[in-house]
Amino acid sequence: MATAVISHEEEVRRLQRREGWRRRLPILPALLFTIAVTQIPFLFTLFYSLTDWRIDTVDPRQFIGVENYTSLSGDKFFLDAAWVTVKMTVMAVLGSLIVGTGLALLLDRKFFGQGFIRTLLITPFLVMPVVAGFMWKTQMFNATFGVINWVLNTVGIDSIEFATKYPLASVVVVLIWQWSPFMMLIILAGLQGQDASVLEAARVDGATSWGTFRQITFPQLRPFLELGTLLGAIYLIQVYDHIEVIVGGQPGAKNLPFYIAQRSIGGGNRFGLASSYSIIVVIASIIIANIGLRVLSGLLEDDS
Amino acid sequence: MAIFTRAPKAEPILGQNRLVAALLGLLTWFIGLLFFFPLFWLVLNGFKEESVANASPTLIFDPTLDRFSEVTEANSGLLSFAEAFGNSFWIVLISTVLVMILAVPAAYALAIRPMRKWRDVLFFFISTKFLPIVGVIMPIWIIARDLNLLGTRTVLVVLYTAMNLPLAVWMLRSFFAEVPKELIEAAQIDGCSLLGQLRQVILPIVAPGLAATALLCVIFAWNEFFFAIQLNPTGASTMPVWVNSQQKFQGQFLAGLSAASVLATLPVVVAGWVAQKRMIRGLAMGAIK
Repeated sequence: MATAVISHEEEVRRLQRREGWRRRLPILPALLFTIAVTQIPFLFTLFYSLTDWRIDTVDPRQFIGVENYTSLSGDKFFLDAAWVTVKMTVMAVLGSLIVGTGLALLLDRKFFGQGFIRTLLITPFLVMPVVAGFMWKTQMFNATFGVINWVLNTVGIDSIEFATKYPLASVVVVLIWQWSPFMMLIILAGLQGQDASVLEAARVDGATSWGTFRQITFPQLRPFLELGTLLGAIYLIQVYDHIEVIVGGQPGAKNLPFYIAQRSIGGGNRFGLASSYSIIVVIASIIIANIGLRVLSGLLEDDS
Repeated sequence: MAIFTRAPKAEPILGQNRLVAALLGLLTWFIGLLFFFPLFWLVLNGFKEESVANASPTLIFDPTLDRFSEVTEANSGLLSFAEAFGNSFWIVLISTVLVMILAVPAAYALAIRPMRKWRDVLFFFISTKFLPIVGVIMPIWIIARDLNLLGTRTVLVVLYTAMNLPLAVWMLRSFFAEVPKELIEAAQIDGCSLLGQLRQVILPIVAPGLAATALLCVIFAWNEFFFAIQLNPTGASTMPVWVNSQQKFQGQFLAGLSAASVLATLPVVVAGWVAQKRMIRGLAMGAIK
């Protein structure tokens, strides 16, 4: 009966292992699905980026090492698109964060029709990006039928074809219109979590509104502002729909995602080169994400 | 929950003076209406004749429903309204159901019976959201082409599931984390099975969170355009692609495009209005709690 003698420790370890797997099991389907659909294709992109693959010719795919990457510094189209991506993301995130904070501060007070106005303010975020783009382009920015130009005309200013003349600014305005409500709701959640007694104490001590905001409200809002920045940046770095609809193929507001699609599956067929662009976008995103996640993991610390 | 319940009589940051408060209230109304104005205008244009919409802006016109019937009945042979609506409906429904089937057990495991390094797993899910779509679009296009999936609903179902899964795990975990541990322990002591615990203790508490998460997935999937236009641009495609196709290269189309936009946007906007508070709470709490 020697085999039946299992030490107590071994038995405990065996049970712990089994328990560990039982706990991990429910996560596996989601984990495997995510890896299959997002991580594995990414490895393919990495491989393509090291080749000179053009899908439109019968030439075989050749491994060319980092040549695609070394050519990037002299690639004017790439540099333009990269610069547009940076400008567009930064302006849209900062713009919607500032507008969203302002809206949240205005909404965080009791006034007649508060719920109604909040509902109106949220709506832009729910609108299909394609629709938002069309609406602004054809009905707001348009030189002949656009409302903005109609207002400009009545005060004596000539019509401007905004989408052609200021393509980047036009796209950014629509992005801010759509994302401010999102930022507003996140910041509103932060404002409403404030400790009223602390605010009251500050008021009794004679603090001004601005002083209270800067020294009490703002520090408490920081995690919410950071969360808004992070989520906004994730989505806004890969804007495509608005660009396609508002400016289409014209230069001036093509960001990297738009340009990559155009140069590969959109008919350009330069799969190798476009893949190297993709990898650059991914690396930039990973840098932003790491900074962001470090901030967020600070938030999760006392939850273990 | 504490984060959303505020003690009564908290002073707002802006406007402690009554006159200032009234003025700020007016300002908020003005800005709210200004933000909504483009949509109001879009709806108005949907009820206009093309000749009225394609002219100097006006508020006075004879409203007509003709544009709505035109865009819903027109069939260019590529993608009709009925096809697009049906495709969108099924793609969004099936992908959202799949997301929930995959995300609920994962979120449950991360929140209620956490294993070691659960935070790493959670961060892995979120980090896949940082992988821009362009980082994977080419291989996905090639794989879909080789599997003969280009131009099918299936490819969009798979991609929308992958697109919404990280967000759903992230949100659901925070909702599951709100279930008091004592309740679950009490149920265990009473001899309640795992399924019984789920059904009788956990589900009633997280049900609103499940609904809010599913709704957010529906909104993102319904509005998605990039995958749809790149991988499935014709007959099996969705509402955003249909709206895009209402832009004509000749003749007047502004009123028709507006009517189409209203039809495409309305379902999700109404759903969002109904669930506004809970949705964002889930998003914000995912990070804060």
